[in-house]
Amino acid sequence: MTLIVLVLAVLTALQLIRIFELSSKARKRAEYEITDQDNNNQGWLMLLFGIGLMVSFFWMLASWSKLMLPKSASEHGNDIDNLFNISMYVIMAMFVVVQPILFYFAWKYRGASNRKATYYEHNNRLEFIWTIVPALVLAVLIIYGMTTWSKTMNPKNEQEPMVIELYAQQFKWTARYAGTDNKLGFANVRLIKDANVLGVDTLDALSADDKVTTEIHLPVGRPVLFRFRSQDVIHSAYMPHFRAQMNCVPGMTTQFQFTPTVTTAEMRQDAEVVGKVKRINDIRTAKGEEAYAYDYILLCNKICGSAHYNMQMNIVVETEAEYQKWLAEQKTIAELL
Amino acid sequence: MADHAHDHAHDAHDDHEHHTENFWTKYVFSMDHKMIGKQFLITGMFMGLIGVFMSMLFRLQLAWPGESFPILETFLGKWAPDGVMDPNMYLALVTIHGTIMVFFVLTAGLSGTFSNLLIPLQIGARDMASGFLNMLSYWFFAASSVVMVVSLFVETGPASGGWTVYPPLSALPQAMPGSGAGMTLWLVSMTLFIAGSLLGSLNYIVTVINLRTKGMSMTRLPLTIWAFFVTAILGVLSFPVLLSAALLLMMDRMLGTSFYLSDIMVAGELLGNQGGSPVLYEHLFWFLGHPEVYIILLPALGITSEVIATNSRKPIFGYRAMIGSILAIAFLSFIVWGHHMFVTGMNPFLGSVFTFTTLLIAIPSAVKAFNYITTLWKGNIQFTPAMLFSIGLVSTFVAGGLTGIILGDSALDINVHDTYFVVAHFHIVMGLSAIFGMFAGVYHWFPKMYGRMMNKSMGYLHFWLTFVSAYGVFFPMHFTGLAGLPRRYYSNAEFPIFDELQDINVIITMFAIGGGIAQLIFIFNFFYSMWRGPKAPQNPWKSNTLEWTTPVEHIHGNWPGALPEVHRWAYDYSKPGHDEDFVVQTTPLKDGEQAH
Repeated sequence: MTLIVLVLAVLTALQLIRIFELSSKARKRAEYEITDQDNNNQGWLMLLFGIGLMVSFFWMLASWSKLMLPKSASEHGNDIDNLFNISMYVIMAMFVVVQPILFYFAWKYRGASNRKATYYEHNNRLEFIWTIVPALVLAVLIIYGMTTWSKTMNPKNEQEPMVIELYAQQFKWTARYAGTDNKLGFANVRLIKDANVLGVDTLDALSADDKVTTEIHLPVGRPVLFRFRSQDVIHSAYMPHFRAQMNCVPGMTTQFQFTPTVTTAEMRQDAEVVGKVKRINDIRTAKGEEAYAYDYILLCNKICGSAHYNMQMNIVVETEAEYQKWLAEQKTIAELL
Repeated sequence: MADHAHDHAHDAHDDHEHHTENFWTKYVFSMDHKMIGKQFLITGMFMGLIGVFMSMLFRLQLAWPGESFPILETFLGKWAPDGVMDPNMYLALVTIHGTIMVFFVLTAGLSGTFSNLLIPLQIGARDMASGFLNMLSYWFFAASSVVMVVSLFVETGPASGGWTVYPPLSALPQAMPGSGAGMTLWLVSMTLFIAGSLLGSLNYIVTVINLRTKGMSMTRLPLTIWAFFVTAILGVLSFPVLLSAALLLMMDRMLGTSFYLSDIMVAGELLGNQGGSPVLYEHLFWFLGHPEVYIILLPALGITSEVIATNSRKPIFGYRAMIGSILAIAFLSFIVWGHHMFVTGMNPFLGSVFTFTTLLIAIPSAVKAFNYITTLWKGNIQFTPAMLFSIGLVSTFVAGGLTGIILGDSALDINVHDTYFVVAHFHIVMGLSAIFGMFAGVYHWFPKMYGRMMNKSMGYLHFWLTFVSAYGVFFPMHFTGLAGLPRRYYSNAEFPIFDELQDINVIITMFAIGGGIAQLIFIFNFFYSMWRGPKAPQNPWKSNTLEWTTPVEHIHGNWPGALPEVHRWAYDYSKPGHDEDFVVQTTPLKDGEQAH
């Protein structure tokens, strides 16, 4: 069947070519020569494409912007979003100016046999301008970017951040809270044994009050320092709602710190999120799947094997009281092992 | 120097004249740069078909995850039981698609083809400095292609750790099936590939420096040659680093060393490796990986400079600025690799440094884009299929380049790293631009390669279908990326939050399939024209450069008599004081005529 279709397609193409060739012979001109008619047609198609590109660009902006991540749920995330918005305005402005000019020129200067191009080889002033102007714009973006980055990576908090270890393995996440001393006990893969899945050194006094959990709960407004470890391959702890990401690398510890600012309950009330959840649930109801409630999530974002696409963990941001209540229910390492 | 080179090349040519060519020396183990260029092109096209076809298969899975497609079982066999793709096979397909497109199509297929074809022809040389090394370079590439294709058929499947093959995933067969024999073959293939690429690059550099004909000063070189020359330098300086990364990875896999491995327990087994770091691999890989982007892109930009100038019937605007921007981009490309590693755990201070260097690249890139557009201004544009693809390249270069300003900024990269935003960015700026440059090159120089003309109408059809579907595939990915969707996910059905992206995924797949099928028009046109196309005139595009002064029929040594002597730059189009709107480089300056 497929073969027949293929053969027919090839035969059609051959016939088409014969037609092209015969018709160009009839015009006493080789098929490959570019005629004024060709230039006219292609020039107009270029203009049409340019317009189409702009129209579809604005259509996508109008109908798909709502798909983007909702407002940031962390302190530094707001800085990142501001920088993102400014950079985005700059590049979109460039896009909607430069692309139309390109396609407009392609149409405007489409060839004609009675015209000659203008010999114009360079203009130092013009070239100077379009070297200096991008340089100035970029200087602003670079400085703004570098300050945002160092603020994000070296946050200055009055409060000592609460330490949580995030442990990655194919294909799940485990968290370890540092406990009342806010210090994690030593751990290494070589110490993994039976229920001690994180390889925590039970002889280390610091580890006794550590708590191992399968979900992350964070009190709102308190800085949290994540320390990442991996058991096997590189994973990446991606927490898009907090604008946070860091790789988990076997053999070393990496870290990322942020302060959550919006509780899960508050976020569920946010107008943007309400709309998003409604759209998602419309799709899910139609497919007969269970309803969805908005949650912050942690995803793996570095290829790590066959189930990479399903390596996730829930993150709950709540009030201090709710958090303390949850934490009290979790068992310490000393109780567990 | 040019004088001496001229004589030398001539002597060398005389030695060759007594050769009688048989089938093997002419078509297979050829030492003629024109034939070697064609060999690179055909091999690259074959690999390209595999790469594009793979992308169509995994797009099916992404649009309709978990649904059964009999075609998947036909092609993937046990990897798609009942027509549902296995997650390991999905990862293998994206890995091999990336490897093939980046290295085999857009490095060897693009640079290999056109550097070989055009360097001797456009600088006025009989052949490459070393025909033998040139032949070896192709055969290393051919061997690496064979090994790569063979790796698709091993029991445990092809390499599937992503085209960057980060260890420990790629180092440990226990971590995934694709890290078994398939990964070993991947490394063997890449080692051969790098050897071939180095031999080619050295040859290009030596040829451009030594074998330019009389009068062909560096500032009279067509921009194609400048691009190929600088590309070759990038290759020579960066590919060896990838080779060492690959060798160390092989040792970790086979000899029990610990360059990249430390403190690992995988599949319940505790490994003895200690002290290594995967971050070391990432540094080595991206030290090649970033220049590689420009190894791919610069030849496409060089081709575009030539095609846009010729078909606008105008000099390329700002010739010296174009050379300057090539050199600036090449220099910067060596000090920006860290922008692939902002969230790897690298010292955050380095993040600032790499943000600074990375965003600087936007300046020479902007100069190039503006200069292309100004070249069109007040031109007399001849819309050959090559010209369409070149204008397409300028469009994608701008569209994709701009999002680099987001990704190169470490603070912003935190949240878009490894999402579909990145996939959109690099496919548009590097994938599309380079493949458009390659198409432009094929349409433009097909008459030089095969002595026949390609069909114009099919070229037009091919361009518009490709251009529309290219934007249709990659533009929407910006939005799924900003919604937080990670790349290399077999399915996003496990996260309800991504449910509303599924419609977009379907649209993308539709365009991908349409765009993929449209390439058959090109393949058909290519082979049909090779045998049945109308005979080419000597200078079909009324171009200034030297390759069009050679006879249509290929001869060994390129020019039947003495080598041509060059009197002007390559861009005297529509110059006042001349009857025609082009002046071939061999035309002496008239009395009182100003050089450019």
